[in-house]
Amino acid sequence: MKRVRGEGEPTVIRAKNLTKIYGEGATELRALVGVDLEVRAGELTLLMGPSGSGKTTLLSILGCILRATDGRLELLGEEVSSLAESELPRLRRDAIGFVFQGFNLFPTLTAAENVVLALDVRGIRGAGARKKAESLLVDVGMGEKLRSFPADLSGGQKQRVAIARALVGDPPILLADEPTAALDSTSGKTVIELLQRLARMHGSAVVMVTHDPRVLSFGDRIINLEDGRIAGEENPTAMGIPEFAAVEAVASTHSQVSS
Amino acid sequence: MSLLARRNLFHDKVRFAVTLTGIVFALVLIIVQFGLFLGFTTTTSNNIDHSKADIWVVFHGVGYFDTGKSFSERKYYQVLATPGVGQAEKYMQAFAFWKRPDGRVENIQIIGFHPGSGLGEPWNLVKASVWDVMEEDGVLVDEVYKKKLGVEKVGDRVEIGDHRARVAGFTQGIRSFTTSPFVYAKFKNSLDYTRRDSNEASTAYVLVKAATGVDPRLLRDRLRQRLTDVDVYTTAEFSAKTRFYWMFTTGAGMAVLTAALMGLIVGVAVVAQTIYAATMDHIREYGTLKAMGAKNSYLYRVLIEQAVLSGVLGYAVALIVAHFIVKASEKGGAVILMPWSMTLGMLVLAVVMCIGAAMVSIHKVTKIDPAMVFRG
Repeated sequence: MKRVRGEGEPTVIRAKNLTKIYGEGATELRALVGVDLEVRAGELTLLMGPSGSGKTTLLSILGCILRATDGRLELLGEEVSSLAESELPRLRRDAIGFVFQGFNLFPTLTAAENVVLALDVRGIRGAGARKKAESLLVDVGMGEKLRSFPADLSGGQKQRVAIARALVGDPPILLADEPTAALDSTSGKTVIELLQRLARMHGSAVVMVTHDPRVLSFGDRIINLEDGRIAGEENPTAMGIPEFAAVEAVASTHSQVSS
Repeated sequence: MSLLARRNLFHDKVRFAVTLTGIVFALVLIIVQFGLFLGFTTTTSNNIDHSKADIWVVFHGVGYFDTGKSFSERKYYQVLATPGVGQAEKYMQAFAFWKRPDGRVENIQIIGFHPGSGLGEPWNLVKASVWDVMEEDGVLVDEVYKKKLGVEKVGDRVEIGDHRARVAGFTQGIRSFTTSPFVYAKFKNSLDYTRRDSNEASTAYVLVKAATGVDPRLLRDRLRQRLTDVDVYTTAEFSAKTRFYWMFTTGAGMAVLTAALMGLIVGVAVVAQTIYAATMDHIREYGTLKAMGAKNSYLYRVLIEQAVLSGVLGYAVALIVAHFIVKASEKGGAVILMPWSMTLGMLVLAVVMCIGAAMVSIHKVTKIDPAMVFRG
């Protein structure tokens, strides 16, 4: 029997009954309702669902950027819900890497400096930091662009720099918010493959919000959210989801017929 | 120095130029206003501060230099007879009329002194000496007032209080705080020019030099005990009294001081606005830093380093600009002073001002919700 990736690995994210309510009274909005979730090291989990289903809210809570209204969250065995607000930056720094849809690179810094900055925030400086950053950029295929500024890079190249920045601190958890949404098919495929390969190499648990059907085959698990609740969980292998190229071809044909 | 702080500052050259311009403008404004204040303050007491006297004996109730009311010559001899007095000289200050060669009349302040006495003599003489006033009717005037007094060169003839006078030389940079320029003459002639020729009104001041080893403050107290109807001050006291009068009991000084403070307020506002605008331009990046787990202290460091760097660079440029303005002021009616103490003080002020201005930005950055990184 084929071993499911992550099986037997330690659980790095454990969420129980997570609930997030915005506003109160007439303006109350229940963004998440009783979400239970466990993610293991080395596992690539895709969060899918329509707009407003609570994907980004869940990602923000898992990233210690938002606090849940109710429920319990453990990251690497540490109870987050009981931590003081001032403790959360430490957890984000030590345990989590972020990849954003809009890249969020620093326009005044070169590719290498953007990655070095993530180490600088962690108090790691000097030649060692620079060497590590450049080595990771070489890993993501950006060795030729170390001294390029974000404005001189394509979308795919920017996202590769952003991935290097997210991974340079060796975080056990990598959270990605629609990392392929702003990319063409070639760049999108490169980025998702890179994310998968590097996350596995670094042993990071990846939780990725996506609307992109092309990336489904890369996930170890697909969690569907609807109206703030987990509507179902699927295994891409068991579902028989076609590879990236096949989905891309279908999407392209559909687009041509429509036009 | 944080790489991000440096890059945020220098990456966009146009923005940096605008920021620097704002800071330079603010600092030059402050330097010029404070320099003017300092210049005015110094100008009011210039004759006292350069007198080389230890003690000034003045008519009772005279509160400042420009109202030198004359008193009896007997007081002068009483001073001379006081133990501990090394030297005493009569000294005149009085307003008089100056008739220019073209017939126009100007108001002036006659300063009568004893050439060679070493007390109360003019300074900064240009191609002249104090002895030049020993010529029959010689007077010294300042180059700044050549145009106002209608004279161009040594030898030009004028009238002072219906007496003939001749320009014997020029001083440089001795301005009057009032609109009446100082004209230096030998003591005897100053009495003629100001029509004071009786023994009962023979001198406006007596300048005293304490004998070697005598404490001027003790001598002042001794003179106060022996003399009646006059006030006795140390030079520092009379100087401070005069400066205080002009700066704080007339509107003039307060106006300049208020302008200086306004310069400071405007400066802080300009710098705060430019640093705040630069911060807002990078607000999403600060949000990303917070999402990445950067401590607030890390963000403060970036902002404060930017502020300090801006302040130091702005200060350097402002100093150059201010130097030219100060140089230009030497030929004008109002002197702007920029002593070393003020130059160094301005560096501290520039840095403190920029850090203070950055506080608004720091407050803003502290309040950033890192969740903004997930919004579009």
